[in-house]
Amino acid sequence: MDFLRPASWEEALAAKAEHPAAVPIAGGTDVMVEINFDHRRPEYLMDLGRIGDLEEWEVGEESVRLGASVPYSKIMEHLRAELPGLALASHTVASPQIRNRGGVGGNLGTASPAGDAHPALLAAGAEVEAESVRGTRRIPIDAFYTGVKRNALEPDELIRAVHIKKADGPQQFSKVGTRNAMVIAVCAFGIALHPRTRTVRTGIGSAAPTPVRAQAAEEFLNAALEEGGFWDNGKIITPSVAKRFADLCAGACNPIDDVRGTASYRRHAVGVMARRTLTWTWESYRGARRTTQGAA
Amino acid sequence: MRIDFTVNGRPQEADDVWEGESLLYVLRERLGLPGSKNACEQGECGSCTVRLDGVPVCSCLVAAGQAQGREVVTVEGLADHARQRACSTGARGTSLDEAKAWQPQGADSQTGEGTELSPIQQAFIDAGAVQCGFCTPGLLVAADEMLERNPSPSDADIREALSGNLCRCTGYEKIMDAVRLAAARQSEGV
Repeated sequence: MDFLRPASWEEALAAKAEHPAAVPIAGGTDVMVEINFDHRRPEYLMDLGRIGDLEEWEVGEESVRLGASVPYSKIMEHLRAELPGLALASHTVASPQIRNRGGVGGNLGTASPAGDAHPALLAAGAEVEAESVRGTRRIPIDAFYTGVKRNALEPDELIRAVHIKKADGPQQFSKVGTRNAMVIAVCAFGIALHPRTRTVRTGIGSAAPTPVRAQAAEEFLNAALEEGGFWDNGKIITPSVAKRFADLCAGACNPIDDVRGTASYRRHAVGVMARRTLTWTWESYRGARRTTQGAA
Repeated sequence: MRIDFTVNGRPQEADDVWEGESLLYVLRERLGLPGSKNACEQGECGSCTVRLDGVPVCSCLVAAGQAQGREVVTVEGLADHARQRACSTGARGTSLDEAKAWQPQGADSQTGEGTELSPIQQAFIDAGAVQCGFCTPGLLVAADEMLERNPSPSDADIREALSGNLCRCTGYEKIMDAVRLAAARQSEGV
């Protein structure tokens, strides 16, 4: 094994071009487990820890450019207002020790269906900034996950940053596990209300071969909210609408039975989380409307 | 490969380090500092918790090469680290021999002053928070860092800060007592 220590992003890209099999390591919370357990013996291990840019973020007009190695603890601390869904998801990642090291770039690189950041990214809307010596491209988050632990990166590409849309409405994240800390999701659900475009987006984790959006559920809910004038009148969501939304979210799952839970449990739990998080976010939206517009 | 880094305030070097080796392995097997414990090797148990550039991390998940040029504090250097924090002068550090020879002795059970123990270590002894002791070093490093950041933590803050450290003996109640005790003593300035 060779240990590569690029001192700059350009050096890292050159090294990745020369050794496409090189495994990038940042927080190490996935890669080191595989090495410790002898599940993986990469020929080249490439430490990204010397590239300071990767741990920085910029808050723009429309979106946040989040460096690939910004640790979850920093997202929780500094980006709660801009990225509430991702901040909530970050808080459920493992433990403080892990959140101090791990970041969204690694979650995307590993592309596990159980990665905690994925539902929040899908719900908020995001693009992955991938770069190689050949150039930079932005991969829409919906097209990024291509299979179990597979993603759309080319062998010579590295993830530099993620561009995540700033919240324009309430967001929620919910995760099922046996305790609050140190849990790989049995399943997880993210939801984001986008009042500006009058749309709702979702993200489901650990209930299909890849993280997925519940698109049929989104389309149904968008139409129902529009038809009932809910965005304007701020009425409580009809139980039948919430139930149909929950059923469609459960229907978007394609889960398996494994040690953490059965497929039918996952489907059921995703439905429950969908209904609850819809209620939480909608109540929050109604509350904000009341205070800003004085509506009943 | 060779690693140069700072451990407990002193520059150290480790030679012939395998590229896939963890920081934990280097600390224990190459520098002779077995305080950080090796258990799960997957970041679940927190027994290997150290400070890396001040931040608590699982040393089993840090590749040794990633520690190049960085500062590590282990449980063996915790007393000195706490002393420096209290005085904020005289950055002396702990040599490898001192660290290896560290013993939890001579503690004044009331104040921990003038002893080889940091306040959090003394509080763990006084509160009976140590049973088999295997999880203790990781808990001490994590708890000490929390008290540095948050001098008057709520119970929820303590539980959150220690949520990455498993203890299979105590049921955590005595550990909670110990951290509350250390926080209370810290706020009284003893």
